[in-house]
Amino acid sequence: MRAAAAAILLAVTAAGASATEQEDRGKYLVQAADCQPCHTKQGGQPWAGGLALDTPFGTLYSANLTPDKETGIGNWTPDQFYRALHEGIDDQGHHLYPAFPYNYFTRVTRDDSDAMLAYLKTVPPVKQASARNDLTWPFSMRWLMAGWNLLFLKEDTFKPDPAKSAEWNRGAYLVEVLGHCGDCHTPMNPVGAPKSDEAWRGGHIGDLFAPDLSANQRIGLGSWSTDDIVGFLKTGRNAHANASAAMGEVVEQSTQHLTDQDLKAIATYLQAIPASAEQLTEAASQDQMTLGKQVFDDQCSACHQPKAQGVPNLFPPLEHSAEVQQRDATTLIHVILTGTRTASTDTAPTPASMPAYDWKLTDDQIAAVTTYIRNAWGNSAPAVPVKDVAALRKKLVQDKPPA
Amino acid sequence: MATKLPSIDVLLIGFGWTGAIVAQELADTGLSIVALERGQWRDTPTDFAPTFDQDELRYMWRHHLFQKAPSETFTFRNNQNQTALPIREWGSFLPGEGVGGAGVHWNGQAWRFLEKDFAQKSHNQQRYGKAAVDGFDMTIQDWPVSYADLEPHYDKFERICGIGGKAGNIGGAIQPGGNPFEGPRSREFPNPAMEQTYGPALFAEAAQSLGYNPFPQPSANMSQPYTNPLGLQLGPCTYCGFCEKFGCGNYSKASPQTTILPVLMKKSNFTLKTGSTVLKLNLDDSKTKVVSATYVDHAGQEFEQPADLVILCAYPFANAQLMLLSGIGKPYDPKTGQGVVGRNYAYQITSSVNVFYDDKLINPFIGSGALGMCIDEFNGDNFDHKDLGFISGGFIQVLNTGGRPIEMIYVPDGVPKWGAAWKKAAAQSYLRTTTVATHGAVMSHRGNYLDLDPTYRDVYGRPLLRITFDYTEQEHRMSDYLTDRAADIARAMKPREIKVNKRTGAYDVAPYQTTHNTGGTVSGTDPSTSVTNPYLQSWDVSNLFLMGAGAFPQNAGYNPTMTVAALAYHSLEKIKSTYLKNPGPLVSQVGR
Repeated sequence: MRAAAAAILLAVTAAGASATEQEDRGKYLVQAADCQPCHTKQGGQPWAGGLALDTPFGTLYSANLTPDKETGIGNWTPDQFYRALHEGIDDQGHHLYPAFPYNYFTRVTRDDSDAMLAYLKTVPPVKQASARNDLTWPFSMRWLMAGWNLLFLKEDTFKPDPAKSAEWNRGAYLVEVLGHCGDCHTPMNPVGAPKSDEAWRGGHIGDLFAPDLSANQRIGLGSWSTDDIVGFLKTGRNAHANASAAMGEVVEQSTQHLTDQDLKAIATYLQAIPASAEQLTEAASQDQMTLGKQVFDDQCSACHQPKAQGVPNLFPPLEHSAEVQQRDATTLIHVILTGTRTASTDTAPTPASMPAYDWKLTDDQIAAVTTYIRNAWGNSAPAVPVKDVAALRKKLVQDKPPA
Repeated sequence: MATKLPSIDVLLIGFGWTGAIVAQELADTGLSIVALERGQWRDTPTDFAPTFDQDELRYMWRHHLFQKAPSETFTFRNNQNQTALPIREWGSFLPGEGVGGAGVHWNGQAWRFLEKDFAQKSHNQQRYGKAAVDGFDMTIQDWPVSYADLEPHYDKFERICGIGGKAGNIGGAIQPGGNPFEGPRSREFPNPAMEQTYGPALFAEAAQSLGYNPFPQPSANMSQPYTNPLGLQLGPCTYCGFCEKFGCGNYSKASPQTTILPVLMKKSNFTLKTGSTVLKLNLDDSKTKVVSATYVDHAGQEFEQPADLVILCAYPFANAQLMLLSGIGKPYDPKTGQGVVGRNYAYQITSSVNVFYDDKLINPFIGSGALGMCIDEFNGDNFDHKDLGFISGGFIQVLNTGGRPIEMIYVPDGVPKWGAAWKKAAAQSYLRTTTVATHGAVMSHRGNYLDLDPTYRDVYGRPLLRITFDYTEQEHRMSDYLTDRAADIARAMKPREIKVNKRTGAYDVAPYQTTHNTGGTVSGTDPSTSVTNPYLQSWDVSNLFLMGAGAFPQNAGYNPTMTVAALAYHSLEKIKSTYLKNPGPLVSQVGR
C-alpha cells in the first residue's frame, strides 16, 4: 500500500513538474554527460555540431543538436531521442557510430532522456547540416554497426544495486552512464569497444593517454582522498594533478558545474574500483637518467620545483605522481612537445600553463627527461624510447596543418 | 568614413593595470563595457613562457614589450629654447604597449607614498617657509586626496597583487623590521617579504651600523604561493632575475594577466578589442559631454564607438595627448602659467654607487625585480631639510633585480669601455659587485610640461606629444645629497672600492633611468590648476574620467604603481556609489 502511494506520488510529481524544472534538470544532465564539447565545433554555434572526430576508422562529424527542424533535432520525439541514446539508432532508423557513446548512454533513464531533450529544444536553433562522415571501408557501412551492437552493446537501463549505498549508486550512474568516463579511461579493442577485462586501466584518447582510475596506490587514484577527487573535478586542480587537454575540457564544460553532492558520489564510486595489477618495470638506462636529470634541472624545476614536489593546486608535483607513471607515456611526451593549459574554472580561474618544448628539446632529450621523471624520486614506469618521441613529434608538430 | 557602432555604457581606452582594474570593478554592475587597446593580446604561455622569457636581447634591447616607437613616439627637448626632436629609440623610459601595458614588464616594487607626500606644498611651506616651495619655478600643489583616503584602496590592491613585505606601521604602532616612516596600515602585508640575498644583506648590515632602519622592499613578486581575492593563483618566485622589461613565465609577478584578466575575460558584459588605436574623443555641441571615440583598427578601418561614460586608462603621455587632440581642457602655456592640460609633467631622478668586492661572492644572478633592502630616512620630509636648499628626497637601497649579462656588468673607474682589459675587469667584477641605488622625487616646475609638437606627426597623422623637461637645481641638489648618503653606506659595506654615479648635467633621454612619468592631467581641487577633480573626473566633461599617474600633481620618491591603482579604486568607489546613480559632476565648481 505504501509502495503504491509512493508510486502515485512519484507519478504526480513527474507529471506536475513544470517545463522549466524539467529543462533545468535536462541542462544539468547534458552537462553531466559532457555533450556540448563534441556537439560544438571550434568557433561554431553552441550545439550545432560539425566537430570533426578523428577515429582510427576515419573522420566522423558530430550532429546538430539544436532544435532546427531541418538540420537539427527539432522534429525529434522523446521516443526517438531515447532510442538514439538507448540503441544508437537515429530518427531515420540509421545506425549511429559509437564515437557517440550510446554503449554508455543506453542505461540513461527514460525520465532523464526526456529531460535532456526538453532542454535541447530550448537552445537557439541553428540551420547547419552535418558534414558527411569520411570513414574508411568497411567502416563506412553503417549497417555494420548492427553487428557491433550485437557484440558490444548491452541494451539496459541503470538499476541501483541495493547492496550498495545511495551515494555509490548515484556515483555509478554519473561515472558509468552519463559521464561515460570509461570511454577514455578504459582501453578499447581494435574496433573501438571497451575491453571490459581491463576496465579503468587507462586508455588512449586521440594522442593522449587517459590515466588509470582504479584504487592502485601508485598509478591510480589510490592515494587521492575523496576531497582530492572532488577538488580536482570542481576546480580543475588539486595537490596531485592538474586537469588539462581533454580532461581540462571535461572539467570546464562538465564536472565543475556538478553539485558537490554529485562530485562526492563520483569520488565514492571511483574509490571503490579495485586496484589494477602492478607491473614490474625494468630499470631505465643510466645514460637516459643522467641526461634526463640535466634537462629536468634546467627546464622543469622552476615550476615543478627542484625536488619535483610541485606547488599545490598550481604546478603539479611529479614526485609520486600517478599521471607520470602510467604504463603509456603518450600524454607526457605530448605535453612536453606542445605544452598544455590547466582548466580555467569558476572556482580556480588561473589557466596555469606548461610551455611547448618542441622547438627547444631534441627527441633524445625529451625521451630522457620523460624517462627520468617516470623513474626519479621513487617513481617507476617503463623507459621511453626515442622513437616514440620522434613519432609523436612527426604527428603533432611536423605534420600538423598550418592553423 | 568611420563606421558607427551601437552605443555602449562604458568605454575604456587603454588596457594596462588601470584598464583591468576599472573593467573588473565595473563589470559587476552589469553595464556593457568595451576596452580599446592599441596593442595585441598577450598572455603568459604565448608571449612570455618560461622557455624564452629570459631573452635579454629580445625583451630588453629589442624592446619587444614596449610601445612601437616607429609608429608612435614623442618629441623631446630640455627647454623652450630648443627644437624638440622625435625619440626614435626608447632610452630613459620604456612605455608599455599591448594587453597588460607596462604592468607586464614592471619590477614589482610596490610602495605606498608617505602621508606628507599628499600635502607636498602645504606641509613644506609650513615647515620651511614659502620660499622653499616657490623656488626653482616650482608649481607643486597638494594632492586632492590624503593618505587616509587611499589607505583602504592601497590595502585592496596589495591583496589583489599578493604583495610581500614587512609592515612598519600598523594602525600607528611602529613595527620592528618594517619602514618606520610609512603611513599607518590597516594590517600586515598579505605575504611575507622575499628571501634576501647577500648584496641586500650587506647593505642592511651597513645601514644599521650607521643608525638607519633598513627594511625589505615591498614586492609584487611572490615570496610564496598565493591565491588572491578573485581566486587567481600566483606561484613562488624563482629569483631568476628577469622582471623589469620582461614578462614573468612562472606566474610569480603580479600583473593584469596573473591577478585580474582570467576572471574578467569570462564576463559576458565585457569586451576587449585589441589592435584598436583611439584617434580622438568626440564631444557634443555643449562641449561638456563626450559622445564617442573614433578609433582605427589594424586593417586601417575607422570606427566610431558611442558610450555614456568614457574612462582613459592609457599611459600619462597618451591620456594627455588624447585630451589635447580632442580639445578638452585648456592647454597649459608655460609663458603665462595658464591652462592645465600638459601642466606639471614630472619624472624621477636616480643615481647609484657601485660596490666592488674581492672577497665576497654576491651572485647577482639570483635576483628579482623587487628583492632588496631599503632605507627611507632620506625620503619625502622624513629628514630635516633646513639649510639644505631643496625639498623632498628618495629611498636608498640595494635591490638585486638580477645579473643580466648584457645590461648588468659593472666595472670600476678607470677600466676601458671595451677590449681585453674590460673583459678581464668584467670577469673579475661580475660575481663580486653590488649597487646601492637612489630613487629620488622630481617636483613640478613651470617649464616642464607636455603639449602637441608643431612639426612631427605619427602614422595616423596626429601631432606627436612634445615633452619639455629638465632637472632643476632642486633635483640635482636633492639627488647629490641622496647619492652622498648612499656612498656613506657603500663605504660602510667595507668593499675594495666604490664608484659613485651621480646624475649630472641636463636630463638625457637616452640612458635608461625609470619609467615613472607623471602629471600632465593633474588631479586637484581647483579647476584652474587641475584637469580632474579628486575623483579623476574631468572638470570640463563630466562623463570623462582619467586614470593613471597623469593625476600626480608632482612626483614622489617611490615607484608609482600602487598609488596609481589606489587612485583608480578611490575613483571607482565614487563612480559606483554616486556617479552611476546620478551622472554629472561629482564636485561642484564654485565660482567658476
